[in-house]
Amino acid sequence: MQRIGVFVCWCGSNIAGTVDVKAVAEALKFEPGVVHSTDYQYMCSQAGQNLIKDAIKEHNLTGIVVCSCSPRMHEATFRKTAQSAGINPYMVEIANIREQCSWVHKDMAIGTEKAIILGKAAVAKVNLNAPLTPGESPVTKRALVIGGGIAGIQTALDIADAGFEVDIVEKKPTIGGKMAQLDKTFPTLDCAACILTPKMVDVAQHEKIRIFSYSEVESVKGFVGNFNVTIKKHARYVKEDLCTGCGACVEKCPQKKVANEFNLNMDNRHAIYIPFAQAVPKVATIDPSACTMLKTGKCGVCSKICAAGAIDYTQKDEYIEEKYGAIVVATGFNPISLEKFDEYAYSQSKDVITSLEFERLTNAAGPTAGKLLRPSDGKHPHKIVFVQCVGSRCSAGAEKGKEYCSKICCMYTAKHAMLVRDKYPDTEVYVFYIDVRTPGKNFDEFYRRAVEEYGVHYIKGMVGKVTPEGEVLKVQGSDLINNKQINIDADLVVLAAAIEPDKSARPLATKLTASMDTNDFFTEAHPKLRPVESPTAGVFLSGACQGPKDIPETVSQAGAAAAKVIGLLAKDKLLGNPCVARSNELLCNGCSNCEKVCPYGAITYIDKDFRMPDRTTRTRRIAQVNPAVCQGCGACTVTCPSGAMDLNGFTNGQIMAEVDAICK
Amino acid sequence: MTNKYSVEEIIKRSGANPLKCMKCGKCSATCPAYDEMEYHPHQFVSMIADGDIEALVKSDSIYRCLSCFACVERCPRGVEPAKLIEALKLEVIRKKGQNYLTPNDIPNMLNEDLPQQAIVSAFRKYTK
Repeated sequence: MQRIGVFVCWCGSNIAGTVDVKAVAEALKFEPGVVHSTDYQYMCSQAGQNLIKDAIKEHNLTGIVVCSCSPRMHEATFRKTAQSAGINPYMVEIANIREQCSWVHKDMAIGTEKAIILGKAAVAKVNLNAPLTPGESPVTKRALVIGGGIAGIQTALDIADAGFEVDIVEKKPTIGGKMAQLDKTFPTLDCAACILTPKMVDVAQHEKIRIFSYSEVESVKGFVGNFNVTIKKHARYVKEDLCTGCGACVEKCPQKKVANEFNLNMDNRHAIYIPFAQAVPKVATIDPSACTMLKTGKCGVCSKICAAGAIDYTQKDEYIEEKYGAIVVATGFNPISLEKFDEYAYSQSKDVITSLEFERLTNAAGPTAGKLLRPSDGKHPHKIVFVQCVGSRCSAGAEKGKEYCSKICCMYTAKHAMLVRDKYPDTEVYVFYIDVRTPGKNFDEFYRRAVEEYGVHYIKGMVGKVTPEGEVLKVQGSDLINNKQINIDADLVVLAAAIEPDKSARPLATKLTASMDTNDFFTEAHPKLRPVESPTAGVFLSGACQGPKDIPETVSQAGAAAAKVIGLLAKDKLLGNPCVARSNELLCNGCSNCEKVCPYGAITYIDKDFRMPDRTTRTRRIAQVNPAVCQGCGACTVTCPSGAMDLNGFTNGQIMAEVDAICK
Repeated sequence: MTNKYSVEEIIKRSGANPLKCMKCGKCSATCPAYDEMEYHPHQFVSMIADGDIEALVKSDSIYRCLSCFACVERCPRGVEPAKLIEALKLEVIRKKGQNYLTPNDIPNMLNEDLPQQAIVSAFRKYTK
């Protein structure tokens, strides 16, 4: 029989204002198992905690019920109190008589009655509580970063600088991501390459960092501290350790009509290529869909020209298995496809472009060597119309756009508009906006400069349609401030396309059992208080995979994710949550239902030999829970048809006892 | 709020929700009959949402809508301005002498410069 102590907290007047705390303490005195019951003004204070400790010693208590605020608030506090007085922390139960009682009631009589009932339920549960001890698991002190854009780069550098080994897996032939494609960065207008490429070099030279470029995560097994990851390294048909990145093969390759994805298909590259001059690793890659040698067996020019002997047409995809303690997702974003936006004539005219295409057109390393020329005829445009919110803030249908604000477009459009006016003062620039959203340090000042100093025409309204007519693009839009419909004959139309998570994110989330929202952005463990952690233990989030972000925000979040990873890897052992599921193997019928509902992949089935009463041996299929992976959600316990699955700390028996106590 | 017309009733009948509007003006940017109107599609939506339709009811603008539904097609928020205006138009016509429109009224309402609603509607209906 337990010896239970009940402690009723006033929480100042928070509880005592609506609940007669003395009556509650008095009523609970007569519950089975209760040997001591008292009340106090602030139970969580030092004095209140001492009151509990003294009572434990004086009355030889084995279980504690604290009637107070939500367990979210102070369960950990009171567990520690109990532990320091020599009681197992899982022998403490909280009856929430604040959030779920005093705060929602006005009438003292009703509030008191309910508080007594909640207290009785907690007492009934403690009577069935058993001491629990959290399990320990070791930590592999290495981290995996998936994605090599600015988010992944910053996270990897920060973790590596703390002394832990980091591997970056990047699916493209080079790290750098979207930032490598940008021209200038707001709000200071420093060139993206000038601030990014030194970081890429830092990554390449860091002794704790390895880069797996042109690679993808094939499978993830294990759990926090102990992930087993298979990385698929795509055959690039070039030996990375031999290639010096001299580029001779690229120059001589006869197949030079391959759309160049780095320049968003606005020019061509060779079948063997290095995406851009500052690529890391600076190693050539053969595109197997374009290489004549790989397709027909006739060519081999690159192999002949390569002084290092790095070309290997027989290379195969390689699978590498590695162990990690933590995984950071940094898979980034892409602009949405604009094929569905007929009204803007994106598919009809080469001179209707996306903002990312515009970045390449103004980039010194882009297809026009930084001169702003129309893609159709190479002429300098004199009238440019920018359209914001193309596909953003669109609730009319998922097939057209995204319901969220893409966040970065207002600022980069202001940047584009300003740069055009600065470089080509003879060009008229119009920006159609719904709202200009520029919160951020020096952001609104930046946008205002575009209007006030550079004379960009900001028009409150939307473009309704763009009609290509000969050399011009007829733009029809509304000017809501002047209550007019306006028509502009533009030479170039730039669409600020909404951004969406990279397509690789969803299959990756499945592999990681990490949750996502309906837009395929990774979900954080808490939107405010745990923004860089996934609800899946050991999986962290960095950059735009979690939501639209600009570079300053991405870098801050990347550092925050690194800090969380370092905090994890600095531990030698992880203490688990002992409130996990356990299966009674004698009751388990091997149906697999629990395995299917488990959102964390914590349940596996094994074949186990059982000694039968007639002295024969029978092999039965039974469920096994990995306590390090289980998060104690209880989905399996309610699914199990044979009642074999139970949750430590929340057993079916305990829950039923609580219900009985409430209904009595 | 007008006494004569129930804005709630009009909104209900239209099946559209003017509160979805984020005031981007794409309806007015799209409208082919814009220049013929005193009040424009984005104003229709805003006036109905505010319950302030007296001026709109008296205006010819509601008959200038061709029911081409370009605004419905392109509205990023699914507001369906043309459906709102159609509901309002019906309400106004029905209230006239507690009866439908008489054929004699029609010639006066014709605008030679615009294609007629019936024709546009027929196109919409039969060209899918």
